[in-house]
Amino acid sequence: MAEVLSPAREPLVDGDKSYHDVTEDICRPLEGRPTPLWWGGITLSSLMLLAGAVAVGYQCLVGIGTWGLNRTVGWAFDITNFVFWIGIGHAGTLISAVLFLFRQRWRTSVNRSAEAMTIFAVMCAGIFPLIHMGRPWLAYWVLPYPNERGPLWINWRSPLLWDVFAISTYFIISFTFWLVGLLPDFATLRDRAKTKTRKALFNVLSLGWSGSVRTWQRYELVYLLLAGLATPLVFSVHTIVSFDFATSVIPGWHTTIFPPYFVAGAIFSGLSMVLTLMLIARKVMRLEDYITKRHVGAMCKLIIGMGGIVGLAYGTEFFIAWYSGNAYEKFVFANRAMGPFAWAYWTMVTCNVVTPQFLWFKKIRENFLLVFLLSLLINVGMWFERFVIIVTSLHRDYLPSSWADYSPTSIEILTLVGSFGLFFTAFLVFCRFLPVIAMAEVKGVLGYARRQANEKAYEKEGAPS
Amino acid sequence: MSARVLTAVFRTEAEVLAATRSAREEGFEIVDVYTPYHVHGMDEALGLRPSRLTWVCFLCGAAGLLLALWLQFWTSAVSWPLNVGGKPFDSMPAFVPIAFEITVLFAGLGVVAALLIRARLRPGRAARPPGLERVTDDRFALVVRLTRARPGQHVFEGLSAAHGAESVLDRLEETS
Repeated sequence: MAEVLSPAREPLVDGDKSYHDVTEDICRPLEGRPTPLWWGGITLSSLMLLAGAVAVGYQCLVGIGTWGLNRTVGWAFDITNFVFWIGIGHAGTLISAVLFLFRQRWRTSVNRSAEAMTIFAVMCAGIFPLIHMGRPWLAYWVLPYPNERGPLWINWRSPLLWDVFAISTYFIISFTFWLVGLLPDFATLRDRAKTKTRKALFNVLSLGWSGSVRTWQRYELVYLLLAGLATPLVFSVHTIVSFDFATSVIPGWHTTIFPPYFVAGAIFSGLSMVLTLMLIARKVMRLEDYITKRHVGAMCKLIIGMGGIVGLAYGTEFFIAWYSGNAYEKFVFANRAMGPFAWAYWTMVTCNVVTPQFLWFKKIRENFLLVFLLSLLINVGMWFERFVIIVTSLHRDYLPSSWADYSPTSIEILTLVGSFGLFFTAFLVFCRFLPVIAMAEVKGVLGYARRQANEKAYEKEGAPS
Repeated sequence: MSARVLTAVFRTEAEVLAATRSAREEGFEIVDVYTPYHVHGMDEALGLRPSRLTWVCFLCGAAGLLLALWLQFWTSAVSWPLNVGGKPFDSMPAFVPIAFEITVLFAGLGVVAALLIRARLRPGRAARPPGLERVTDDRFALVVRLTRARPGQHVFEGLSAAHGAESVLDRLEETS
């Protein structure tokens, strides 16, 4: 058959892989024993998780008086972590859904793990509002159910309630999208399973996937529809998160720029977290042929773009604070840059605006160690962005008599550490037991390498009889 | 009654596509084609009609939208009207975010449920006729059923070989 081959394009997968090579490379690590590097990672991350679990247990028993909050600074570490983790999740959806709609075929190597990252990040994020309620065992009160109190219904006009619906929907749809995407790969694992347990397990998980063309046709359509649904969903989720701030009358929060500013920041932070994880997974799971210079380069370029939008938003905020002529707005922004939390503000600006500029250089984009370090810096910067927005806007109130300072307690810090523990433990378990790369999708885009794959199949097994 | 079912196994996408087209032209009854990934152009080669799952998605989304708007309106303005900051009981603009989320939730879950039902995917279902384990790895299989009025086995074998089939399997299938 005539195939369109463009030699000017770099292949998406290195090393002249045949279909079978793809199956082998992705499945083999799941069927063998884990590497020492994996054991080291999981030990460290589960210790972090354990520390966090102890901290959360303690604050549930004693109450959130264990935090460093006061009457003036009523939101700080906890909500910072919540917004940070939700933001991390958004890049996963960007890669799996938005890039799918834009037909960016390079996404096939990274979409599975980016989606997994979304799910784990949303799990981490969900913990924080839950413990912030103080009595997490009553969390079901946020749901509209006929109750014995009247029924007294929930307040549908509150952005905090919108959050409940946005985050739950986001989690459910992301999880469904991920499971649907896994079906063909579960079938591959089932059909090559050697042990009885694995066979039985993947027999259940694959739901009897056969590779039938009729199923594929419906599956592709459903995948497209889910991508189409997830794209506006991801924008709505962070828009709603920004409403938590924008609908209040706190200077520094009460601005119309918040929804696009938050969405751009979310995708920016998420992309840098995807890069961090990809570069780790690439080494730990030996996926050098699948996550190539091209993938890392494409993500670096997205980061430059998103970083630009974030930088523009920082500038716009300052301009509008001055241009508005509002004394309170002016004060908040002057205080941000020169007040007691100036160190946090300038950490944020350095990490989020200066760091991405290094990625303009191809030499730096192709040095994976440097890219890894830069992505870590952006993660730090984006955490500080939320901290700056929340704490600096609150700690200097309208009334100087209620001005206060804030510093986190050990419980709050341990909770943050614990959320990282949960995230990395979940990610490492995922790397170990599920295919990190969507095999069926990669086989579909071997494209350029396809002709070589065909020829190789003949060479290896003899010409067709 | 039993019918004979022939399965030709191919190594590449291009071969199975070409073989499917000619099998259809020859007038074979094509039972199914099994592939490790979605082969573009296979729908046309088989003459499959577009799936109607889009409509399921739309209807589920519409149901979600109506339900969310009704629930918010009914609870805020009918069941127990509560004055929140002097806002009107029926504050429609404030109901938009949740109405949107529920629309997406219903449309997404609805269309996936419809896919599972329509494609008969469920835990423990037997995947396919045995002997084709490699179609989830690196093989493409074209399955046809022989009927009295249609061309015979040798035509199919010739056609498959011409398109580079690796092997042709032959088995009996019980039909009711």
